[in-house]
Amino acid sequence: MGQNTRYDAVIIGGGHNGLITAAYLARAGKRAVVLERRHLVGGSAVTEEIFPGFKFSALSYVVSLLRPDVIRDLQLARHGLELLPLESTITPLPNGDYLMRGADHDETRRELYRHSPKDAEAYDDFGKLMYHLAFAMKHILDVVPPNPTSMRPRDLMGLLRFGRHFLDLPPEQFYALCKLMTMSAADFLDEWFETEPLKATMSASGIIGTFLGVRSPGTAYVLLHHYMGEIDGVFRAWGFAKGGTGAVSEAIASAARELGAEIRTEASVEQVIVKNGKAVGVALESGEEIHGRVVVTGVDPKLTFLKLVEPQHLPSDFLDAIRRFKIRGSSGKVNLALGELPNLTCLPGKGPHLRGAISISPSLDYMERAYDDAKYGNFSRHPYMDIIIPSMIDPGMAPPGKHVMSIFCQWAPFELNGGWNDEQREAFGDAVVNTISEFAPNLKNAIIHRHVVTPWDMQETYGLTQGNIFHGELSLHQLFFMRPTHPWANYRTPLKNLYQCGSGTHPGGGITGASGRLAALEILKDW
Amino acid sequence: MLRGTPFHERTAPLCEGQNWRRWAGYLSASSYELVNDREYFAIRGASALIDVSPLYKYLIRGTDAERFLNRVLTRDVAKCDVHQVMYGPWCDETGKVIDDGTLQRLGEDSFRLTAAEPNLRWLADNAGGLRVTIEDDTDSTAALALQGPTSREILKSLSDADLDNLKYFRLAFARIRDIPVTITRTGYTGDLGYEIWVEARQAVPLWDALIDGGEPYGITPAGILALDMARVEAGLILIGVDYVPANRALIESRKSSPFELGLGWTVKLEKDHFVGRQALLDEWRGGPTWGFKGLEIDWNSLQKVYSEFGLPPELPQMTWRTSVPVYSGGKQVGYATSGCWSPTLKKYIALAHLQSNSAERGTRVEMEVTVEHQRKKAAARVVELPFFDPERKRS
Ligand SMILES: Cc1cc2nc3c(=O)[nH]c(=O)nc-3n(C[C@H](O)[C@H](O)[C@H](O)COP(=O)(O)OP(=O)(O)OC[C@H]3O[C@@H](n4cnc5c(N)ncnc54)[C@H](O)[C@@H]3O)c2cc1C
Repeated sequence: MGQNTRYDAVIIGGGHNGLITAAYLARAGKRAVVLERRHLVGGSAVTEEIFPGFKFSALSYVVSLLRPDVIRDLQLARHGLELLPLESTITPLPNGDYLMRGADHDETRRELYRHSPKDAEAYDDFGKLMYHLAFAMKHILDVVPPNPTSMRPRDLMGLLRFGRHFLDLPPEQFYALCKLMTMSAADFLDEWFETEPLKATMSASGIIGTFLGVRSPGTAYVLLHHYMGEIDGVFRAWGFAKGGTGAVSEAIASAARELGAEIRTEASVEQVIVKNGKAVGVALESGEEIHGRVVVTGVDPKLTFLKLVEPQHLPSDFLDAIRRFKIRGSSGKVNLALGELPNLTCLPGKGPHLRGAISISPSLDYMERAYDDAKYGNFSRHPYMDIIIPSMIDPGMAPPGKHVMSIFCQWAPFELNGGWNDEQREAFGDAVVNTISEFAPNLKNAIIHRHVVTPWDMQETYGLTQGNIFHGELSLHQLFFMRPTHPWANYRTPLKNLYQCGSGTHPGGGITGASGRLAALEILKDW
Repeated sequence: MLRGTPFHERTAPLCEGQNWRRWAGYLSASSYELVNDREYFAIRGASALIDVSPLYKYLIRGTDAERFLNRVLTRDVAKCDVHQVMYGPWCDETGKVIDDGTLQRLGEDSFRLTAAEPNLRWLADNAGGLRVTIEDDTDSTAALALQGPTSREILKSLSDADLDNLKYFRLAFARIRDIPVTITRTGYTGDLGYEIWVEARQAVPLWDALIDGGEPYGITPAGILALDMARVEAGLILIGVDYVPANRALIESRKSSPFELGLGWTVKLEKDHFVGRQALLDEWRGGPTWGFKGLEIDWNSLQKVYSEFGLPPELPQMTWRTSVPVYSGGKQVGYATSGCWSPTLKKYIALAHLQSNSAERGTRVEMEVTVEHQRKKAAARVVELPFFDPERKRS
C-alpha cells in the first residue's frame, strides 16, 4: 500500500483482540487494516516452532473465556478453531502424595474425601455458591461498562441493570460477593476448606497476572472468573486449542481476512498521527504513514498513551491516571521440548493425569513464600507453577513420542534486583526446572530444549509493557468502569477518533475476545 | 475407575450383560440377568438379594446423640426405642428436604443413620456444642437387602436371631453362620424384608452364606431396575429423581418440603426445636401448596390413545425417571417423576407432584404420554400411596 492509502480503521497490534475488532469492522463493511509489529499475528496468543518439530504455545497456553458470541459471529469453527478439554488438575505434594481433581464428580469427591471428608462436601457447596455468583456476574463480561457518574440515559440504564443483578441476589450470596470483593483468596478459601493443596491450588487463580500474593486482600474476587469459565464450559469456551494457542489467533485472522480486513505483519507503529485534535492515522517505524478515519489501539494503555501518542494531545489528568495504572509484570514462562514424559513420583507412568494441568502449589505457605521472594525483587526460588503437556492433548504439538511442556510461573518480577540479563534468565529457568524435578526427577534428563521467557522478554519481544500478561493487573480497582481508567472504560479515549480494543480495557486480560468485540461495536455506534 | 462394593467379587461374575450403573460413586448392577423380570418377581414371590452398600452410613455416638439427632431430624428421636429403626427426612432452615434415610438405634447413645447423599459436613455443622461423634462408616460397612416373602425363612435357617419376634422397623444383633451382623426389618420394596449390615471384610462370606442357605427358598440376586419397580409400587421416593436435595437445588422452586413429598407424617412439630421447624410450622398452618400422590393411568384411555395409531398400549419396560406433565382441565397441575407398569397390580402407575387442589384422592387428571413421536394425554386418577401394601410387610 502506498503512502496515501486511507482506511476506515487502522488497528495497532495484531493480538487476538485487534484481529477481532478488525473482523467485526470488516463485517460491517469498513475497510480495516491490522498492523502487527512481529512476523506473526496473535500477540500473547501465538504458537511458535521455537525448536524444530516442537510447537510451543509460547506465552498463553489455555483458552479461558473466549466469548461464545465471538466464536459464532466469526464462525471460528469453520476457520479451524477446535477447543479440546483440559480434564483435570493434579497437585503433587512434597510427601509423595497428591491431590487430583478431575471431570468426574464421584472421583473428585472420593479423592477430596481422602484428604478431608468435610472438604469433599464443602467443595460441592462452594461450587454451588460460586456458580450462582458467576451466573450473576457473568453478563458483565459481555457489556460495555456504564459510567457511574454520568447522567446519560445509556449509562443510567446500564448502571441500573448492573445494580439490579446484585440487589436481586439472595442475602447469603450477596454477602459472599462482598467478601470476595474485599478478602484475600487465602482467607476466603480458609473459611471453606482445610486441605492445604486444595486451597493453594484454588487460590492461584486469584494471583495470576498480579503483583500480589494469595494473602493480599482483593485477590478472592478473581476466583470467580474460574467459575464463569465453568458455566461457559458447555460452549467449550474453556480448554486447549488444537494446534496451540496460536490456532485461536489464526482462526480469527482467517475470518478477518475473509471478511475483507487486511493484515500486515512486520509493521511496527511508531506514532499515532494527530491532526486538528483528531487521530488520523499512524506512522510506522519504516516511515510509512497509514491513514484512517479511526485509529484503534490493541496494545496496552501505557504503550499507547505514554509512547505512541505525543503527550500534548492528551489531558494531563488522564496521563497521570495512565501513569498510575498498575502493570507490574510478575510472571514467567518456560517452554520445554522433552524426549520423554515427566514421571511424577506421586503417580508414576503415563496416566490421564498428564492430559490435565499439573499445579505446583502444595500449600498456602508455599504460595506466600514464593511471593515473598518477589516482594523484595527476586524471582521465586520455588515458584508457583501451572504446567500442561500440550502434546498429550494434541499429539501434533511434538514429533511422535516426544513432548512439549508449558510452564507458567509466578513470581518473576519485572523489576528484578540487578535487572534481567542472560545469566538471570537461565538462573530463573534453573529454579523452575529444579523445583519441578523435586516432583518428577527424570525431567532434567528429558529436556532437549529450553525456552525461557522473562517479563523483560515479554516486553522486548512481545510488546507487553513491564511484561504484564494482562495489559494491566486484574485487581478490583482496575476493573470494569475503571479499566484502564475512569471515565474512559467505554473503549473511547480523550483523543477523538482514537479507540482502544486490547486487554487493558474491560473485561481485561485472557483470551476472551470480549474487548475486541465490544470495542468494534462501540466504534460502529459512533460511525 | 469406579469402585466395586465389598460384594463386587461375587456380583461381578453374575452380571451377565455387564449392565452396571453408578450409585454414589460405586458400581451397582442394573440387573444381573439379561432380562430383569425374574429379579422383580423374586422380590414379590420369593426373595431377592440386593447389594445396597453404596448407601452413606454414619455412626452417631455420645451422650448427646439423641439430642443431636432430634435437632436435625423431623422425627421424634426420643420416641425411638433401643433397637428400633425410624425413617424420615432432614431439612434445611427453610424446611426443605435435604435428604431422607433410616435411623437405627443401636444402643442408648449409639445410632446409625443412612443417607442417599454425603451429609457428613452438614451433620457436623449442626453438632456444635454437643457431646457427640459422627463417624462415616460408608466404606467399612457393607449392606444387603433381603426382600421378599421367603426372606424370613431364609434368615431363620441361617441365623440365631429371634426373627418371629423381630417386628417391622426393629433391629437385632445376630450371627449368620458365625458372621456378626445387624439385621433390620426394613427395606425399599414395601414387602416383607430385611436389611443386613456387616463389616466390609465379612461381606463375601455373608453373601456366600445367604446364597447357599437361600437356595431352597428361591433367593435371587437382583439389581437396581427390579428394586426401582418395587419401590414405585411401594410409593417410596427416590432422591434426585422424585425430589432435588435442597442443598443442591439451583433455584427455590426445585426444593420440596416433607409435606410436599407425602412425608407430613414424619414431621413432629410438637418437638420444641429442630432445623426447619419454624418454616414447617408456618407451612403446616397455611397448608402445603403441593402434594405427592400416586397416579393410576386409566387403561381404557391409554388403549384409546394408542389405538389412534393402530397400536396396543406399549408399556415401559422399566421405571422411567423423567419429569412428565400432568394436566387437569387443559391446565398443567403437576408432574410425574417416576412411573412403571406394575406387574403385580397389572396397572400403569406413577408418582406425581400435584398442586394441592388437584391432589385429592379420586381427582381425575391427565398424564402426558408420547405415542409415535406425538404428545397425547391419557386419563389418570389420583390415589393414595402406597399402590401395593401386602399384609406380610408388617406381619
Ligand atoms: C505468559 C502468558 C501466559 C498467559 N496465559 C494465558 C492463558 O493461559 N489463558 C488466557 O486466557 N490468557 C493468558 N494470558 C493472557 C492473554 O494471552 C492475553 O491477555 C491476551 O492474549 C491479550 O490479547 P490482546 O489482543 O489484548 O493483546 P496482545 O496479545 O498483547 O496483542 C498486542 C499485539 O500488539 C503488538 N504490538 C506491540 N507493539 C506494537 C507496535 N508498536 N506496533 C504494532 N504492533 C505492536 C504485539 O506484538 C501484539 O501482537 C497469558 C499471557 C501471557 C503473557
